[in-house]
Amino acid sequence: MSQENRISGGQIDRSKTWRFTFDGVSYQGHPGDTLASALLANGVRLMGRSFKYHRPRGPLSAGSEEPNALVQLRSGARQEPNTRATVAELFDGLEATSQNAWPSLKFDAMAINDRLNTFFTAGFYYKTFMWPASFWEKVYEPIIRRAAGLGALTRQEDPDDYDKGFLHCDLLVIGAGPAGLSAALTAGRAGARVILADEDFRMGGRLNAETLEVGGQPGADWALGAVAELSAMPNVRLMTRTTVIGAFDHGIYGAVERVSDHLAVPAKGKPRQTLWRIYSRRAILAGGATERPIAFENNDRPGVMLAGALRAYANRWGVAVGDRVAVFTNNDDGLRSAMDLKARGVDVVAVIDARKDGDLLPGVRHLKGAEVVDTAGRLGLKSVTIRQADGRTETVAATALGVSGGWNPNVNISSHHRSRPVWDEGIQGFVPGEDGPPGLTAAGAAAGVLSTHGALAGGQAQAVAALADLGIAAKAGDLPRAEDAPVSIVPKWYVSGGKGRAWIDPQNDVTLKDVKLAQKENFSSVEHLKRYTTLGMATDQGKTGNVLGLAVMAGLTGKTIPETGTTIYRPPYTPVAMGTLAGRSRGKEFKPFRLTPSHKWAEEQGAVFVEVGMWLRAQWLPRPGETHWRQSVDREVLATRKSVGICDVTTLGKIDIQGTDAAAFLDKVYANNFASLAVGKCRYGLMLREDGIVYDDGTTARMGENEYVMTTTTANAVLVFRNLEYARQVLWPEMDVQLISTTEAWAQFSVAGPNARKLLQKVVDQDISDAAFPYMGAGNITVGGVRARLFRISFSGELAYEIAVPTRYGDALVRRLMEAGQEFDAIVYGTEALGVMRVEKGHVAGNELNGQSTALNMGLGKMVSKKKDSIGMVLSQREGMVDPNGYRLVGVKPVDPKGQLTAGSHFLEHGAAPVIENDGGWLTSKVYSPHLGCDIALGYLKAGDQKIGKRMRAVNLLAKTETEVEIVSPHFFDSEGERLRG
Amino acid sequence: MIINHPILGPRDSQEFVYLGSAELMNRPDGMTTGVEAFHNWLYNRDNPAGEHRELWYHEQGDRSWLVVTRNTVTHEIRSVELARDVAKAMGRTK
Amino acid sequence: MRYSGFRVIAEALTGHKGWKPVWRDPAPQAEYDFVIVGGGGHGLATAYYLAKEFGQARIAVIEKGYLGGGNVGRNTTIIRSNYLLDGNEPFYEFSLKLWEGLEQDFNYNAMVSQRGILNLIHTDAQRDAFTRRGNAMILNGADADLLDREQVRAMYPWLNFDNARFPIKGGLAQRRGGTVRHDAVAWGYARGADMRGVDLIQNCEVTGMRIEQGRIKGVETTRGFIGAKKVGVAVAGSSSKVMAHAGMRLPMESHVLQAFVSEGLKPLIDGVITFGAGHFYVSQSDKGGLVFGGDIDGYNSYAQRGNLPVIEDVAEGGMALMPAIGRARLLRTWGGIMDMSMDGSPIIDRTPVEGLYFNGGWCYGGFKATPASGWCFAHLMAKDEPHKVARAYRFDRFLKGLMIDEKGQGAQPNLH
Repeated sequence: MSQENRISGGQIDRSKTWRFTFDGVSYQGHPGDTLASALLANGVRLMGRSFKYHRPRGPLSAGSEEPNALVQLRSGARQEPNTRATVAELFDGLEATSQNAWPSLKFDAMAINDRLNTFFTAGFYYKTFMWPASFWEKVYEPIIRRAAGLGALTRQEDPDDYDKGFLHCDLLVIGAGPAGLSAALTAGRAGARVILADEDFRMGGRLNAETLEVGGQPGADWALGAVAELSAMPNVRLMTRTTVIGAFDHGIYGAVERVSDHLAVPAKGKPRQTLWRIYSRRAILAGGATERPIAFENNDRPGVMLAGALRAYANRWGVAVGDRVAVFTNNDDGLRSAMDLKARGVDVVAVIDARKDGDLLPGVRHLKGAEVVDTAGRLGLKSVTIRQADGRTETVAATALGVSGGWNPNVNISSHHRSRPVWDEGIQGFVPGEDGPPGLTAAGAAAGVLSTHGALAGGQAQAVAALADLGIAAKAGDLPRAEDAPVSIVPKWYVSGGKGRAWIDPQNDVTLKDVKLAQKENFSSVEHLKRYTTLGMATDQGKTGNVLGLAVMAGLTGKTIPETGTTIYRPPYTPVAMGTLAGRSRGKEFKPFRLTPSHKWAEEQGAVFVEVGMWLRAQWLPRPGETHWRQSVDREVLATRKSVGICDVTTLGKIDIQGTDAAAFLDKVYANNFASLAVGKCRYGLMLREDGIVYDDGTTARMGENEYVMTTTTANAVLVFRNLEYARQVLWPEMDVQLISTTEAWAQFSVAGPNARKLLQKVVDQDISDAAFPYMGAGNITVGGVRARLFRISFSGELAYEIAVPTRYGDALVRRLMEAGQEFDAIVYGTEALGVMRVEKGHVAGNELNGQSTALNMGLGKMVSKKKDSIGMVLSQREGMVDPNGYRLVGVKPVDPKGQLTAGSHFLEHGAAPVIENDGGWLTSKVYSPHLGCDIALGYLKAGDQKIGKRMRAVNLLAKTETEVEIVSPHFFDSEGERLRG
Repeated sequence: MIINHPILGPRDSQEFVYLGSAELMNRPDGMTTGVEAFHNWLYNRDNPAGEHRELWYHEQGDRSWLVVTRNTVTHEIRSVELARDVAKAMGRTK
Repeated sequence: MRYSGFRVIAEALTGHKGWKPVWRDPAPQAEYDFVIVGGGGHGLATAYYLAKEFGQARIAVIEKGYLGGGNVGRNTTIIRSNYLLDGNEPFYEFSLKLWEGLEQDFNYNAMVSQRGILNLIHTDAQRDAFTRRGNAMILNGADADLLDREQVRAMYPWLNFDNARFPIKGGLAQRRGGTVRHDAVAWGYARGADMRGVDLIQNCEVTGMRIEQGRIKGVETTRGFIGAKKVGVAVAGSSSKVMAHAGMRLPMESHVLQAFVSEGLKPLIDGVITFGAGHFYVSQSDKGGLVFGGDIDGYNSYAQRGNLPVIEDVAEGGMALMPAIGRARLLRTWGGIMDMSMDGSPIIDRTPVEGLYFNGGWCYGGFKATPASGWCFAHLMAKDEPHKVARAYRFDRFLKGLMIDEKGQGAQPNLH
């Protein structure tokens, strides 16, 4: 039996038949179907289970507000949990499975919860599971966690791509129903740049689901014509399958385009979805309205639906959800559903109308002043029990029941800036508040105007007004003729008197009783109601249940709905895949790589690289036969100290500073004195934050009278430059000083070791003898005619230079240096060897420059000049920062040379218990010194300068190890500095 | 957010780095100001709910420091000025 | 009324007729001994402990909106005591110990769930820093474990180990960390305070402070003047606004922090994971939603909402760390207003106005601090001296240069 519930008509392409499966059973559908419409056409009403009670559920709606019909779509790594069958576009071969049910959708063991529902009231878990305390994690919670959740992720990497993009427009129109189309036509004809976005795969909104006429033709046909006209306008961009998810600041909207979700797999090179950031000058919310249910007993059975959804399935998809249909309504729109169904040949067995007055519908059993008090049918609706105006009850066989409690304008996006919607008594619904996102207005049903004519007129009027703001004249032309029925509705939120459960939020199983309990326990503010009962927290975000819930609370507390208030909606409008929000920034592409000029060469040498911020740097460069990283690093260190080593230090920040006030400027930004620096010399400089903490160090060279070259640490290159600009523009705006970051303009190499000069002299064009280029000298030179900079500075403690050439020559330079260095057995060393040599010399680096340490802590207190006003000078003198017993940088050696040190270990005295009161400080950096043949470390030790020579314990409580250490000077190697001056 | 740069026109705020209140522009002279006043300048803020003058840096752009007058409740921006111009008008010199 | 499993069963069998309001809605009295401004987690905890632990009476909590509507109701529910610095770690460890006994103490199941927190390590420098931190934690009586890469893989084999821009090299775990059902914390304290006679007054906004000769006399509110011998302000996010009524400028800025939850999913993440190389941390609620967050938006804001760039940034971090969540859907975002202090640490202190006390500057660490914050603030207000674990949280630490700067970012609040 195939598509037993398919009736004639609708906007599906019957010339093609597609096969799909649900829980392994094969069915047929057509292009234009959703998964829900196709399943309903095949007589499948049961599509899911509810969250708490595991109640059998079918679709409530025909749109994105769907709370019940959630399935897992696709399989394998593309498995996608919690997909709303009502908006999942059918494709040939679609696979879907049910979720949150075991062993099967029809026989779900967890439905035991439904039997025990009297125990599982709102918030019951706050009142129990407290004894014994340890049972929560061990017993109760694991059971709850296993039972909770809806669909499942496979734990495999998502194989699809996602894109992001920017769009700009004069007018963004959100929703392509009659109001949105009218607005877009008006603006498009006026020449404005328009984006019209609709979440559906077919534009037209409710017009596609109605039999109403617009301009003398079926509404859906009018919509096709409007879309055709808009498509021809070059200034209009039509975006179907595109949900505007949020209104952000200054007219920026987020939108998700489902580029490939209607295909089995994305086409080659195409993303699954695209996140658009739409920069709009004005926007119109024409997102329509959502029908809401009425709460009555057992109103959640498969087959009980919103009346407008029943009508949509019949009109748009040619599906009669049931062979015998009843409608329960408190408003005229419910009657329209009944009449449309009847016109399609569906047997409408009763129209249960909560209103007592008004005309009776012709040709159907129209019961005035009646209500539905119960339903029956375990896995699908079988009958409806009606209480008539005179109190008589009667049970009527029905397989579908349409319920209409009125329509809620889709105000969501209008409240994304926390504007509160306001109550409209006429439609018994909330409409957008006044203080919504600037530049956004609402039109049509979203604004509470529920007739087709009102939508067309509102869309046009709002477009004219929005464009007038922008100085674009748009014409308010003749509107096509359309119905303009007034709203006739009486408030009817729930049916009272029953003993069973009446659902308000069906997915989270929030019932009338739960709201009553919340009120009884004084969780009666709307926020408490939401949080205590979980009303509106399900995947549908309360699109059908929120207003109903608070209306019930208003009734219980005797307040009006406006007095009771409303919660507000937050982005996103409908849930958004994490992959879409991340776009291409994942895996190795999470952040860009910055590569040094010698990267290619180092790669050829088999270098091991390490992430240093965004940079990749060579960590060490193994030679054949080296099997452990320490072998490589030890060799690099020893070779450098013995002869010469080369290291790419391009990553250091480099800033050219020029101007007649450059010297004065450096005196402001460095804590130590710079004005006295001679041309052709470098100096080590220390930078403080205004709070007196050291944040960076480096050398700055005076290349000319008013020209300086500053280097910064790799980590702070960007920050230092930012701060210098701040000092220049904001603090001392009249200084004549200019800055340019040249970090990426110069490839820079350190050449260190006793043979450094000999090697360099072979490469550079000038004389660099000690006399011509003394220690801390700096100057412009050439290398084979290429301009270069040379600095005689040392981080390793050896005779050393840093040589810089324009970046494009960096690769050539490292090759040239290695070639020239062959006779000296020159090596290239990586960051590990660099680290070893700097610890041997007691230089501070990242682990010591931790943003928490002062110059005094580092043993550099004397560098902070009090004779001038520099950044950080004043506050570095605060009493807590000049404590003579504060932390001081020390060197640490194991007493037993075989003893191992661990950075991060803490200092304890001998015999002291491992408690915080005895904490002496910690080891900041640790290396193995091949020179000294043992581990060495730097550390911050309380009053460390008074403890040189003392023995303590370096304790690592994480590994339960400790090592006896001797506190020594941080200058482990050549403390007199003879080698650097060599 | 969109910041209307006085030289470059409207720019996405993602191009900028935020520092904080423009009160920070009133840096006292370190040679004549004691710890208490200096600390008061660096640490204490008006932190208003409403109009707020604040410093933004066009890091992914022309490196201008800007003074943006923005409402901290609505995020609406009323004016954007070059911080250097503001600083000079305040009498800041060398 | 005492809550228990027996009570739930008994009520279920008798039609739930016996449940009582969890708190009263009293009208404000003319005067109290203690007025706590702010009915969020910290304010309610303060009132609860004042009554229960410090034997005080005549206490009111006044709240401009609804109880628990501040940041206690809009956070990512994480508890931990994995701090580094001496000023912080004893306080947060005290707080964690209070969490461990909280439900039995206030007879409300706040779902304190110690499923562990794991801070991932991506660089050698991070390992050094976490080793220092882990040792400091143990020295303070907390628990800490340093894990290598394979130990992390054993816990979460589906994290991105093979194709990562910033490879996972290990992690610092605190097994006693975890999550708590945040709203229930506010409700449990509120109920416990109400049962002990504390007046919880909702929809009552402070509009001014009456100060005479340097001494607090009470607060002006939208429901009239309320006299008080002592006033304690615990209004995270609104601290500068409320304290301006006393003429104070505070060392803090207000910033928006967004948080996120996904649709419900079957169990995926057991504990809490933080990804330091990106801006992302995540746990999974008992309902199945992935609860996650990242950085603050970064500009001063009282708007309780954020912008798209941070949402994208957080999602990027999430996908970089766990590429299996690509098809999970973000369900809801929200924003809370943080008092971002100048060193990233809070203040619990007296003020220059006698009888006026201040509690704030929690940055985005306030939730985990709730029990200890309430206890220490109650201690300060009842005894007029700071509790020993909170004695570093003074206003004058900035003047004295005794900042408690865990991140080492200095006086720039949006970097903490």
